[in-house]
Formats: sequence, structure tokens, C-alpha cells
Amino acid sequence: MDDKIVTKGLNAYFGDVHAVKGIDIRIPKNAITAIIGPSGCGKSTLIRCMNRMHEVVRGARVTGEVLLDGRDIYGSQMDPVLVRTKVGMVFQKPNPFPTMSIYDNVVAGMRLNGEKDWKRLDATVERSLKLAALWDEVKHQLDASGVSISGGQQQRLCIARALAVQPEALLLDEPCSALDPIATAKIEDLLFDLKDKYTIVIVTHNMQQAARVADFTAFMYMGELIEFGVTKKIFENPDKELTEKYITGRFG
Amino acid sequence: MNTYEYRKLKNTLASGLALACVILALIPLVYILAGVVMKGAPALSWEFLTNRTVGTGEPGEGIGNAIVGTLLLVFYASMIGLPVGILTGIYVSEYGNNKFGTAVRFFNDVLANFPSIVVGLLAYALVVAYLNVGFSLIAGSVALSIIMIPIVANTTEEALRMVPNSLREGALALGVARWRTVLKVMLVSGRAGIVTGALLAIARIAGETAPLLLTAFYSSYWSFSPTEPIASLPLTIFRNYNSPSEVLLQQAWGAALVLIIIVLTLNIGVRLFMRQKTKKSKAVKMRWMTRLSRRD
Repeated sequence: MDDKIVTKGLNAYFGDVHAVKGIDIRIPKNAITAIIGPSGCGKSTLIRCMNRMHEVVRGARVTGEVLLDGRDIYGSQMDPVLVRTKVGMVFQKPNPFPTMSIYDNVVAGMRLNGEKDWKRLDATVERSLKLAALWDEVKHQLDASGVSISGGQQQRLCIARALAVQPEALLLDEPCSALDPIATAKIEDLLFDLKDKYTIVIVTHNMQQAARVADFTAFMYMGELIEFGVTKKIFENPDKELTEKYITGRFG
Repeated sequence: MNTYEYRKLKNTLASGLALACVILALIPLVYILAGVVMKGAPALSWEFLTNRTVGTGEPGEGIGNAIVGTLLLVFYASMIGLPVGILTGIYVSEYGNNKFGTAVRFFNDVLANFPSIVVGLLAYALVVAYLNVGFSLIAGSVALSIIMIPIVANTTEEALRMVPNSLREGALALGVARWRTVLKVMLVSGRAGIVTGALLAIARIAGETAPLLLTAFYSSYWSFSPTEPIASLPLTIFRNYNSPSEVLLQQAWGAALVLIIIVLTLNIGVRLFMRQKTKKSKAVKMRWMTRLSRRD
């Protein structure tokens, strides 16, 4: 199987804090990879390095390589803006633009970059909302504010918004931690449908969720990658003792 | 008295004290407003608003040229001060996480608390004397714009900082360039605060007197030229109030009332305009909506 995103000796810092320590990981194409681990272990920082969102934070710094289809996204020729259109991101808290309608939110990426063709925008809205399994719920209120719908719908709106710029990979940073079980189930179903077309990386605190949706699972601890492999193996027969302890809840 | 009653009493006392202070603070405000309206209203007439200032206290004098002068001064000062102030605010908030940004922020605070007469001196030295323009509308506008810039910059920075970081990251993560994110997401989300800051600055400079003494000077005639001295409402008030004539004194109160009305009208007008604009964008959204539903 091809690898979509490969990191080589990736280190990430916040000022003096070394958050991600020398990580080598190969994210397989068209599959769901889950990253699990305790709070503050560097999971979110790791995926934020994969679309150059880490450097947005003040004092943040990255060393090492992140290859997207074999090209280093930290190379001097690489435009971070372009990287982010290829690798989309969904955040922990749903963050639709409150000043925009649902319609505007979906095509925010296109419109903010100057797209004015109504037909293309209309088509993108419909396609993206259908992909995000939200079309039937909002098609009669596309003019409503992006924050007027429920939290679960807002999160799917954010997924639709990320899909609208036609990325190749999608990074999700604990996308369900603010949602109820029903909304969570909907997002998980959605991820399952999306993996044919997209490479998906999901950070989660919820081990059941990793076990349910992910093909591969990575376990991180204190900024280091402890173990990475097929989900079934990680959960049923991990190589490392630390992984087993975390998964069985006998930690610390 | 048990503990609960004691606590309740303290609570009542504290809120009573706070209320008393509010009333105390409101007294001068109401007193001034009422005084200006009562003493200024009798001076108001069509002639008063359209005739020029002469300064002799004869009947038929007005403040027309001072109204025009103040409007022109505020307009030109805003043309310079608003863009510079807003862009400075954007820089400090969005790009200023470095030593230079900290320095800019510091000097902004210093400048904001500068005595306005000193700003007037600076504009005098720069525009009136060095550039040899002489006492003029443009010199006055430069002085007022220097007073305006730190106010606008600070409120813009504050307004942008109030916009949640998640919106900034949301836009950046969609592959939207930094400057477009600032322009189309941050500024739009923070626009209420930015407009408030601009209005605050305009209200402040509309009433400035001291810096104009050294820059725009004064004129009893109609003047529209940027390089000529020009009349203004604050200076008319200042000049008339120093004269022994009862009529001129009355005119000073009238000019004060007109100044207050101008600032208030501007304030309310801009706010209404902003509301209108949000309605308009809603109407645009409705149009998309109907187009989409027709297609179904």
C-alpha cells in the first residue's frame, strides 16, 4: 500500500517545550489512521505539522521532514498555503464562520481565494454537503447562519468546508470530543465513507472510536511514537508493554 | 445579627455605594448636556447655521464657515488617520508578535496619552514651518490625524484580538492566504469594534481645540482651500467665549450644541449604515437560496 504522508525525524517545539520528538511515521493512502495517547502527548501537534498549521502558533518551530507524496512540505519551494489546500483540517471544537451562512461556510475556502463563478460554487456546496452527509438536513436553510445548527451538524459543516477545497488528505483533531454519541456515530460513518477517496488521520481520546473506525493506529506517549500498526494488532496484541497498559486502562 | 444577615447587609451596602457613584458620575454629564441645550438652543436659526462668523457681535452672524471647517478638518484627518491607524492595528495584532510589534504597541500607548497641544506643535513645526504651507486646513488635519492614529490603532488591535483564534485557524487551514484571512475573516468579524474605535476617534478630534490653534488657525471667512487657514467649531467657541459680548457668548453655546449634534449624528448614522449593510448581505444570501431551491 502507498504511503500518503511520511514523516522523517520530525521534531516540533513550542518555544523551549519539545512537544514532538523525532517521529517517523508512514500514513497509508486511502485509509483511516488513528493517533491515540494521553493528553499532552503531542498527538495534535503531530498532525498540525502535517499541514503546516503548527507554525501558526507563536514561538512554534519544526525540524525534520514531512513528505506528502514524496515531496517535503517544509521544503524551501513549498508554499504553506498550497500545502493546506492539499491537506485539510477539522478542529476539536466546531468552528464555522459565524458571520457567514451555511452556503458561504462550505465555499469559504473558494470564495476567500477569489472564486466568483456561481455555478461552480453552487455545485461545490451541494457536492461537499452530500459528501459530509449534511445536505438533506440543511438544504432548505443554506442561508441560515453557520452557527445556527447543532454542534454535530456544525462539525459536519466544517468537514464539508474542508472537503470543498478538494484536499487529498484530511486531518481531524479530536473531531467528536464536543459531540454526543449520536452525532459521533454520524461522523464515524462519514469517515468510513470518505476513506475510499481521502487519506484520513484522526486524533482521538476515545479508544473505542479508534478501534471502530481506524485501519491503523499509532500510540504516542510524551512526544514519542511508541507503537504503530494495524488497529487490530495494536488493540489485541501490542508489542510494547506501555501500549498494552494504556489500552487496558492500567496506566501510570 | 447572624452571619447570613451580616453578609446580606454588606452586599446591599456595596451595591448601593456602586449605584451612588454611578449617579455621581452622571450628574456632570447631564448638567453639561442640559446646559448646552438650554443655552445653545435659543441661538439656533437658519441664519446662524449658514452665515459666516464675523466676530463683532452684530446681528446676522453665524457659524456656517466653522461648521464646514470642522467637517473638512475631520474628513481630511480621517482620510489620513483611519487607514494608517487601522493598518497599524492589523500589523500589531496579526504580524506584531516580535520586538518591533511590541515597540509599536508601546509608542502607540505613549502617543495616545500625548498632550494634544504638543501634537499641534509637531504639526506646526512639520507642516506650517518646515514644509512652509503656513496655517492651513491641511496642517490642522495632519495634527488631528496624529491624535487619531493611536486611538484607532489600539481599538483595531483590541477588536482583532477579540476574534476567536479558531476562526483564524479555520480560514488558514482551508488554504486561505494570511492577508486574505485578515481581510475577509478577521476584519469582518471584528468590524463592530473597529467602527466603534473610528467613531470614538472622530468624536475626539471633532472637539480638539489646542492643536488647531497652532495649525489650522482661524478664519472669519468661507474657506475650502487645503492651504488656507480655516475656521472650526471648537475655536469659534473658544474665541467667542473670551469676548465680552453677550451675543457672541450665546453663539458659543450654539456652536457647542451644533458640535455635539454633529458628533451624535455621525455616530448614529454610521451605526445605522452598518446595520443596513448586514441586512443587505442577508438579502444576497436569500437570492442564492432561491436559486438553489429552484434547481431542485
